[in-house]
Amino acid sequence: MPFETPVEKWASAVNTVTIGATSAEGGTRASTVTVGGDTSLPFLQFEGKTPHRPVIAMEVLDVPPEEWPPPMAEAVGDVSDDPAAWARKAVDEFGADLISLRLVGAHPDQQDRSAEGCAQTVTSVLSAVNVPLIIWGCGQADKDNEIMPRCSEVAAGENCLLGTAAQDNYKTITAACMADGHKLLAEAPLDINIQKQVNILVSEMGLDLSRIIMYQATGGLGYGMEYAYSIMERTRLAALAADRMLSMPLLALVGSECWKAKEARSPEEVVPEWGAESERGVAWEATTATCFLHAGTHILVMWHPRAAALVRKTIDSLMSQEA
Amino acid sequence: MGLTGLDIFKQLPKTNCGDCGVPTCLAFAMKLAQKQASLDQCPHVTEDAKAALEGASAPPIKLVTIGDGERKLEIGNETVLFRHEETFHHPAGIAVLVEGSLGEEELAARVAAVGEASFERVGQTLQLDAVALQGEGDAFVKAAQVAAEKSAVPLILMNEDPTVMGKALEACGGKKPLICAATTENVEAMAALAKAHACPLVVKGSDLSSLAEVSEKAQAAGATDLVLDSGAREPSQVLANETAIRRAALRKRFRPFGFPTITFAQADDAQDELQQAASYLAKYAGIVVLRQMEPWELLALVTVRQNIYTDPQKPIQIEEGLYEIGSPNEKSPVLVTTNFSLTYFTVEGDVEASRVPAWAVVVDTEGTSVLTAWAAEKFTAEIIAEKVRAFDVASKVEHRKLILPGHVAVLSGKLEEELGQEWQVIVGPRESSGIPSFLRTSWPS
Repeated sequence: MPFETPVEKWASAVNTVTIGATSAEGGTRASTVTVGGDTSLPFLQFEGKTPHRPVIAMEVLDVPPEEWPPPMAEAVGDVSDDPAAWARKAVDEFGADLISLRLVGAHPDQQDRSAEGCAQTVTSVLSAVNVPLIIWGCGQADKDNEIMPRCSEVAAGENCLLGTAAQDNYKTITAACMADGHKLLAEAPLDINIQKQVNILVSEMGLDLSRIIMYQATGGLGYGMEYAYSIMERTRLAALAADRMLSMPLLALVGSECWKAKEARSPEEVVPEWGAESERGVAWEATTATCFLHAGTHILVMWHPRAAALVRKTIDSLMSQEA
Repeated sequence: MGLTGLDIFKQLPKTNCGDCGVPTCLAFAMKLAQKQASLDQCPHVTEDAKAALEGASAPPIKLVTIGDGERKLEIGNETVLFRHEETFHHPAGIAVLVEGSLGEEELAARVAAVGEASFERVGQTLQLDAVALQGEGDAFVKAAQVAAEKSAVPLILMNEDPTVMGKALEACGGKKPLICAATTENVEAMAALAKAHACPLVVKGSDLSSLAEVSEKAQAAGATDLVLDSGAREPSQVLANETAIRRAALRKRFRPFGFPTITFAQADDAQDELQQAASYLAKYAGIVVLRQMEPWELLALVTVRQNIYTDPQKPIQIEEGLYEIGSPNEKSPVLVTTNFSLTYFTVEGDVEASRVPAWAVVVDTEGTSVLTAWAAEKFTAEIIAEKVRAFDVASKVEHRKLILPGHVAVLSGKLEEELGQEWQVIVGPRESSGIPSFLRTSWPS
């Protein structure tokens, strides 16, 4: 008997969001990045469309981590203390679709860098590369409220993605986004209801829902990956069921989460039974990203160029029309 | 997915005779639906009704057992499309392909390596589950004999010639290998072998329609325990087929697809192979067959499986108690945290990263994180103080300082009260990631 694949009739689609602006659009980017628009569960070609493939943002830090695992140190090389050069390398050599700049150096426990210093870093990265930019603060609410408005201002018109707006700290960054024409990264700690709440709060300030990307916190493989996986899967189902407050595309921080894991970091002498150190962290990062692709992530923020290349290949194969 | 009481009621005699011990047929039907009664209790139910009810109450995806003994592999009996709806029940098997053309010694070594591969994570032992043996003719039969003898894990016998398969099954001597595979060409003969040897059988199609056909023919020929191979090898097509099979089994109760599946990761590079295998583990494979077995590849893969198959309702917990991280002494800091494995292992990792050895007071919060436990009143000042006394922390350290997670800073005053005057409660970072800088800067070494 001919078998008919059961197809779900979904009510809606994920929002479509574009990051970056070309000169015609008031920015200076050579090209822009568009994500979302999916009308099915991830990559189910018999059911709907994935009009825009998931993208890979390579992460650049204004201050490199204190203890960089050897495979990462080797991959990034001597540009790790120069964000502009690092970003250029990420685009030219690692094939980054966009750059995710994280201003960790602003943290009071780190270098407590000033708003002006952070803004200069943003400017230098913007002029070093012509792909769109994601800009994160340091994660400390008060400090972020100090630095992000200035960073937003110097990038005005570039249609960056600014992060993050959280339930208890969203006003400053949302206002900056609206003033300077950026997109907003709305964050929640692995909790769909808080995520909805954040989206409602920022939209009540007047930010259009179509300008939001969601970041629901990430657990790396072996460290809560399944929580993030299920939250994202549930979110996609909600978007397809036309929940307007959960229809935004999703971002996951893969690199920084994965390279924290001892499975990625431990030297081969310590754990010979886990195999080659040069492959292990790359495998850990790429595999986490692959799982997230199936959960419905649109923007994967990654660290290692080989992990990014593996995931790009996975995206190619899942988007492939050949059957 | 079970039948409702009303569905069952329609099949009962509706005489309200009470012979089953329940006053009315409707009440009996309700008990049946809740699995509090058995259909045998009704002496009047017709054979037709019995068959209809038993058929409908069979699990939508059959549980299939491969191999025998301690390391037998059980797959199937899945009930949902998404793990958050309930949980995935039977972790997929991970198998490694072994060439039957290898010399006997090499073959034995490879087979042994598959059985021995083992990783410890979060208190669980994670292993591989099967050897997929591939080969031709007499060499295959010989290899099957060697593998059956040497392998600690079940075998998947991959050969499509029924004559060769028959000999290989004899050579395996009743160890219940998975026969792979029945196709349109050989299904009757292969199904007969499966029936005669009481072995599970892979049915393979060239697409989903032909798979359904082979599955029906195999069942008609007496094979009862099937594993489905849609024939797809490209990731996008595997994803589509695996999804279609799972949906058809669960949503449509499409009987030919009411079995677990087998998938094959096919890439020359182990990193590429790992990505394919991880995809298949996430989306419905009952078995994933690998060609390579790099330790880092297996470590990542068994962890993906552990994560995907973790019951969302039952977080992995560790035992409560006083834990040593590094080699702490009487001057080392004491941190308080919960027994949710993820919370504890994150804290452990961050303390290790700080290179400051420490004691961890792990409180049983039924596997919830700090904030959740606090909200549920499982992580209160009283409980923490009681554990500090019960674990006799005071005998391990000279100081009287306790580091509390920043998220529950609100407990610090009450906790000092509960612990008594000599104790000082220090509010630590909110996030575990803040521990390294916190310990290095705030703890006098």
